[in-house]
Amino acid sequence: MTRRSLGAVVANSIVWGYAFLILGPTLWVLSNAFKYKIDIITGATFSPFTWINFQELLFSRQSDFLMNLFNSAVIGVASTAIVIVIATMAAFTLVYLEVKPWVRWALLGWALLFHMLPNLTFVGSWYLMYSSVGLHGTYFAVIMTHAVQNLPMALFLMISFVGALPRELIQAARMDGCTYAQVFWRIVFPLVRGGMIAATALTFIFSWSDFAIALTLTSRDTMTVPVAIATFAQEYDIRYGEMAAGTLLSIMPALVLILIGQNFIVRGLLAGAVK
Amino acid sequence: MAAHHTEIKARRNRRWIIFSLLPAATLFIVLTAFPVINLLGLSFFHVEWREGAAQFSLVGLDNFTRLFTQEDIFWAGVRNNIIFAVVAVSCQMVLGFSMALAVKTAGSRGRAALTGIFLLPIIVPPIVIGTMWRLIMGREFGLANTVLGLVGLGPVDWLGNPDLALASVIFVDVWHWTPFVFLLMLAGLESLDGEVLEAARIDTSGRWQQIRHVVLPMMMPTIVITLLFRVILSFKVFDEVYLLTSGGPGTATEVVNFSIYRTFFRQDQVGYGAAMSVVTLFSITLVIILARAFVQRRAARRQAAA
Repeated sequence: MTRRSLGAVVANSIVWGYAFLILGPTLWVLSNAFKYKIDIITGATFSPFTWINFQELLFSRQSDFLMNLFNSAVIGVASTAIVIVIATMAAFTLVYLEVKPWVRWALLGWALLFHMLPNLTFVGSWYLMYSSVGLHGTYFAVIMTHAVQNLPMALFLMISFVGALPRELIQAARMDGCTYAQVFWRIVFPLVRGGMIAATALTFIFSWSDFAIALTLTSRDTMTVPVAIATFAQEYDIRYGEMAAGTLLSIMPALVLILIGQNFIVRGLLAGAVK
Repeated sequence: MAAHHTEIKARRNRRWIIFSLLPAATLFIVLTAFPVINLLGLSFFHVEWREGAAQFSLVGLDNFTRLFTQEDIFWAGVRNNIIFAVVAVSCQMVLGFSMALAVKTAGSRGRAALTGIFLLPIIVPPIVIGTMWRLIMGREFGLANTVLGLVGLGPVDWLGNPDLALASVIFVDVWHWTPFVFLLMLAGLESLDGEVLEAARIDTSGRWQQIRHVVLPMMMPTIVITLLFRVILSFKVFDEVYLLTSGGPGTATEVVNFSIYRTFFRQDQVGYGAAMSVVTLFSITLVIILARAFVQRRAARRQAAA
């Protein structure tokens, strides 16, 4: 009994120690968002609280950060909507309908492979393709590229969610004379809504977080938040406070998601990883 | 009439199958299959920009000969990527598995809060992680040196010292991905058969014996898959390196992805960059195919043994 509780204490302290290693540095950096520059540089532990960094970041003339937030939101929402609809339809067909084996094999095999390849090997080609048709720097280019980038994960997630539906229900609907399209829109679509929410949340987060694609395919007008933050960090005279404020704003979607949909994310991440 | 009706339905159903798979297939073909072909083609050309227009001249295998005989930076990147995969992933596996085992056997207080905290590095934008650690590891007023200063050590140039930079970047990657391995391992441990574990607890003498002879073998499939998955995904590393060190100092933290990015976007050497991409793409594809074959053979052998 004593051994077991001793083990529990050790185990708990290791795991919570790691949790502290995550939280501590994060909070330290984020706390800079509420400090004056002089206090950040001198490393003052107790310093006056200020909103100045947020004001500078969001409302000063030189800063485009509000526009960057808007761009990230537009690109995230549009690419996620496209991905989820496409992935859900394809998942239903691949799970329940008679598809030629080579079609299934090619689609899923390629999705799996593409999911694992570094996207940096593709960005050069994407850049040239979009440039040659005059689409470089447009929302369209980034949205479509984010869509294809996140399609494999969404596809695997939706296959696992759609596959978990009761098979008899779908059989029964087909017996009753529904066409495939009717089965999908009337039965599968409403039932799989929970799974779609999980996949939507994850897809949005990944689009919001992307750096490599946005770095190479956006222009000044379509620049997203991660690219803006990277630009901050590379300036000669780094504006630490504003950078921390931008960082804090950029992790808001992730924080909200952790607070409201923790179980969803864990399930989604695991499904995406093991498949 | 009935026959006519079924025929219409059959046609509609065929149309649905095409309609539902076409968007996904189109996206994949236009934005992933075509770029591979495009890169292959470009890798045989030398591309020069004159007055905003690209001038292509066919150079055959020149880009590849140059890559395999005269290139240093790219291969330094390959070397670092391999060190990265071995060191970072082994740390993540050992740490992640031990913590999962600890939580599983001892139970942990505040499980929901713990999961929430562990999810943070996984879903926060990687660029933010790079920014954070750049500030923490900063030479002048970083947290790391402040803490060292309290005990009279340092300052250490974590990212600027060629001997330390790669270790620092690997540390950040371990910090980033250990929670992911932990969650996968915990899910694996929780899906193990409780009765078998209970029987093993009674039959074997010590905790260590139980882990070695019962838990580890039962967890092997999860461990192997997670390991291979992490190794392959470790070749994706880019965002953090871009922010932390940009591959420097020298080639200390150069990675393949950064070489490709630099060649394409900073040096405008499109043909050469394409050759690098092609070599990288095909090497990683080969690794993936071998890994998959390995996993399948293992699974088949297990099944035959059972």
